[in-house]
Amino acid sequence: MSGLTGCLLLSAALFATGLAGVLTRRNAIAVLIGVELMLNAANLNFVAFWRHGVSEGDATGLVFALFAIAVAAAEAAVGLALVIAVYRHYRTAHVDEVDRLRG
Amino acid sequence: MDLAFVLTALITLAGAIAAVWLRNLVHAVLALAVSFTGVAAVYLQLGAQFLGFVQILIYVGAVAILIVFALLLTRGGEVPVGGVHASRWWVGALVSLAVLGVLGWAGAAADPAGAADPSVLSVEELGRQLVTRWVVPLQVLAVLLTAALIGAVLLAWREDEPERTAADREAEE
Repeated sequence: MSGLTGCLLLSAALFATGLAGVLTRRNAIAVLIGVELMLNAANLNFVAFWRHGVSEGDATGLVFALFAIAVAAAEAAVGLALVIAVYRHYRTAHVDEVDRLRG
Repeated sequence: MDLAFVLTALITLAGAIAAVWLRNLVHAVLALAVSFTGVAAVYLQLGAQFLGFVQILIYVGAVAILIVFALLLTRGGEVPVGGVHASRWWVGALVSLAVLGVLGWAGAAADPAGAADPSVLSVEELGRQLVTRWVVPLQVLAVLLTAALIGAVLLAWREDEPERTAADREAEE
């Protein structure tokens, strides 16, 4: 088993854990925690493929992971601001109780 | 694959599972910080030093603290009476197990195209590429971060008092 396979398996497990958190938790902040785990799994894949790829001296994978981290930070800030706004309006942060659009 | 990687991967996974599983969300965020640190250690083992330290600075230092602040602002630290998981949580668990199966199968079948690149890319070279080859995406990213900052402030802004008094006046009439 090579280093690349180990990284890919760890990334798959991280992604599945984050997905389980997104799909099963009731609190919106816990859902955002799951999203952060999934983004980390994607970044781990970028770095693993950069390390074990065929490119020599090329920083494309690293730069892509760097940009993904910055976009994920922006997403976290906006997402948490949204959760706070929803909490002010509904007095709850549980995603299953925010159901005004339900038909 | 050496022992250090296996240990780091186990710590990372344990932190991630605890972050998803724990009932108290403050404990979950602490477990999340452990998981982020584990990912940073994997970056260091892969030879991406700059990314590892960026991961610690941004994720452990900023995102985890941001989540704790949002948690305290929304009283998320209290464990709710109705449980922390959805009523049909097993559907989500089944879906994520299926995703884990597919991703694990694809990852185990992966064959590295070339030998691992032994040369370590220096931070100096990375910075030079960022401001030459990737300068336009860098500027776009700066605009995105500014927009996200303004948007987050606007979204979390406390609603004005005059609005409420106008609604109250309507109710009185």
